[in-house]
Amino acid sequence: MAIMNIREAILSTLHAEMERDGDIMLLGEDVVGGNGTAGGPEAIGGIWGTSTGLWAKFGPDRVIDTPISESAIIGAAAGAALAGKRPVAELMFADFVGVSMDQLWNQMAKFRYMFGGKTRCPAVVRMVYGAGMQTAAQHSQSVYALLTAIPGLKVVLPTTPADAKGLLTEALRGDDPVMFFEHKALYGVKGEVPEGEHRVPFGQARMVREGGDVTVVACGRMVNFAEKAADKLAAEGIGIDLLDLRTTSPMDEDAILDSVEQTGRLVVVDESPPRCSLAADVAALVAARAFTSLKAPPAMLTGPHAPIPFSRGLERAWLPSPQTIEGAVRRTLAFR
Amino acid sequence: MLQLGHDQLLGAYRRMATIRAFEERLHDEIKTGEIGGFTHLYAGQEAVAVAICDQLTVEDKIVSTHRGHGHCIAKGCDVTGMMLEIYGRADGLCKGRGGSMHIADLAVGMLGANGIVGGGAPQAVGAALAAKVDGRGRVGVAFSGDGACNQGTTFEAMNLAVVTKAPAIFVFENNHYSEHTGDAYAVGTARDIASRAEAFGMKVWRADGCDFFATYEAFRELLEHVRGGGGPAAIELDTERFYGHFEGDPQRYRGPGELDRIRAERDCLKGFRARVTGAGLLTAAELDAVDAEVAALIDAAVATARAAADPDPATVADDVYVEYY
Ligand SMILES: Cc1ncc(C[n+]2csc(CCOP(=O)(O)OP(=O)(O)O)c2C)c(N)n1
Ligand SMILES: [Mg+2]
Repeated sequence: MAIMNIREAILSTLHAEMERDGDIMLLGEDVVGGNGTAGGPEAIGGIWGTSTGLWAKFGPDRVIDTPISESAIIGAAAGAALAGKRPVAELMFADFVGVSMDQLWNQMAKFRYMFGGKTRCPAVVRMVYGAGMQTAAQHSQSVYALLTAIPGLKVVLPTTPADAKGLLTEALRGDDPVMFFEHKALYGVKGEVPEGEHRVPFGQARMVREGGDVTVVACGRMVNFAEKAADKLAAEGIGIDLLDLRTTSPMDEDAILDSVEQTGRLVVVDESPPRCSLAADVAALVAARAFTSLKAPPAMLTGPHAPIPFSRGLERAWLPSPQTIEGAVRRTLAFR
Repeated sequence: MLQLGHDQLLGAYRRMATIRAFEERLHDEIKTGEIGGFTHLYAGQEAVAVAICDQLTVEDKIVSTHRGHGHCIAKGCDVTGMMLEIYGRADGLCKGRGGSMHIADLAVGMLGANGIVGGGAPQAVGAALAAKVDGRGRVGVAFSGDGACNQGTTFEAMNLAVVTKAPAIFVFENNHYSEHTGDAYAVGTARDIASRAEAFGMKVWRADGCDFFATYEAFRELLEHVRGGGGPAAIELDTERFYGHFEGDPQRYRGPGELDRIRAERDCLKGFRARVTGAGLLTAAELDAVDAEVAALIDAAVATARAAADPDPATVADDVYVEYY
C-alpha cells in the first residue's frame, strides 16, 4: 500500500496504463501546458497536476495539447476510439460538456447501438466538477445526473485515492465510453492505494460504514459530507449505512435495496439541482422496489432548483452540508 | 491627434487608468483571501477596451469574456458596483450571484462577461441582428481572445454574421496566450486571427492594441464601415496581459525578462501619456490629477465592498425565472 492523494492516484494510473498500453492517448487543453511559449512544453504540465510528465514520457503524438475547442476534443476522442485507440479526453471543467454535448450525446454514446453492436468506442472523458470553491455558475456544476441519463455512457465518480486508481484502470481497460468525474475539492484527499494492478468493477457500490438505522446513499464529495454527519450521529448511537455509489451508470441497485430492506429509511445526497437528479432516481428505485420495507418517505437532499451562485454564503446555502445531512437523517428517523 | 478633443482625451485616459488601478488593486486584495473564485485581470489591454467602447453609444451592445473587468469599465459599468460584485456582496451589480466572471449591466449595453470561452460571439451576432431590425445603426460587438478564436461558436458566429449582413463586430484581443499555451501553437493560421475572419467574407483591420491611437483610428474606420451598412467586420489587436492568466498563475510559460520587457515597452498607459504630453494636448499635471482621482475612487470602492453585506442565503433560489411556476 502506498499513501497518496486522488490527484497523485490519477496521475500515476495514467503513467502506468499508458506505459502498459500504447493505444492510450491523452488530449485536452493545457494537459501539456506551455506549448508555443518561451517556457516550452510542460512549463505547466496540466493545470490540475493530473498529466505532469506524460508528454515527456510518451511524446506529442500520444499526449496532445488542444486549442480551446471542446467539441473537437470530444469528437476527436470519439473518432480515435472508433479507429482503435483508447483516448482519454480531459475537460478542464465538467461544465464544458455543454460545448461538446453533441459529440458526447448523439455521437459517442450512440455509435455502438446505431451500428448494430458492431463498434466499440472505448473513450474516457475525464472532467473536473463540483462546487465549494466559489467558481460560480459555469465552473461548479456536477453534471453526472445529466450524463447518467444518456444510454451508452458509463459514469464514474471516485471519492478515494484507491477508487480513483481502481476505477480509472477499469475505465481504461473497458470498451465503452466512460465519463470520469474528478471533484475539484477532493484532489487533495489522501488514502492508501494498493500497489500493482488494482481494478474496481463498475456497478459495485462501496459500503463506507454499516450502522443499520438509516441508509444514506451518496456519490462524489457528498460521501465525505455524509461521513462527517455519520460520525456525529454515531456518537449518539444512531447508525448509518453509508453507500458510496462509485458509479451511477451502471448503478448498484442491489446494494441500495439490500440496505433499505434492513433500515427502512433512506436519505439520498446529491450535489445537483433536484429535478431529474440522481437523488430522484434513487428515491424512485426504492419507492418502486422496496416500498413495503419503507418506514419513512425517501428523503432527497440536493441543491435548490437554481444555478450555483458565486457569493460564499449563497454557495454554502446552495450545497448540501454535513449539517443538512444530519438534519435529514434525524427527520427521517423521527417519521412515524 | 485624430481630432480628439481635450475632454475626450482626458476621458479616455481616465477610463484606462481606472481599469489599471482597479486591476492592480484586485491583484493585491486577492492575496488577502477575501475574494473567492477565479479572477482574470485585464491590465495591459486597457487601450483596446477604451479605444473601442469610447466610440460606441449606450445603445450599442458588447459581449465580453472571462477577462471582462476592462470591457465593463470602458462600457460604463459602475466601478463600485463591480467591486461589490467581485466581493460577492448583495449590492453588487449582479447581487453577488455572478462574481468576476459574470458581470453584466444591460442598462449600459454590457451583455455580460462569460465563463465559457467562445460563449459570447454568437450573442453579439444576435444583438447585431436585433439592431438591424431596429434600424438605428447600432452594432453588436464581441470581444474574444486568441484562445476563443479557436472555438466552433466563434466560427459559426462569423459565418452567420456574414450571411445575414449583421452589423456585428468581432474584436480579437491577441495577448498571445490562452491560459498557458501560446498563440504560436494554438492558432493554426500562423498566429494570425484576422485572416480567418477575412476568409469568412468580412472586412478586417489590424492594429497595435497597446497603442490607443492606432486602435482608435482602426476601429473608427471599421465602425464607419459597419454603421454604414457594410456588413460585419473584424479587428485583431496585438496586446499584452500584465498578470497571470488568473490570479495565482505561476506564469512559468513566460520567457526570462518577458514581463519586465512588456511592462517597459508595451504599456498602453505610458504610451498614451508620452504621446499626449509630447504633443502638448494634455499636461502631466492633468494626468496626475486623474491618477489621484482614480486612486481615491478605487480606495472608496474597496472600502465600500469590504464593509458591505453579503446576500441573504434565503434568496439563493431567487432570480431563476421571471415568472415562477
Ligand atoms: C469552453 C471553455 N473552455 C475552457 C475554459 C478555460 N479557460 C478559461 S480562459 C481560457 C483561455 C482563454 O484564452 P483567450 O481566449 O486567449 O483569452 P485570455 O485569457 O487571453 O484573455 C481557458 C482555456 C473555459 N472557461 N471555457
Ligand atoms: Mg489570450
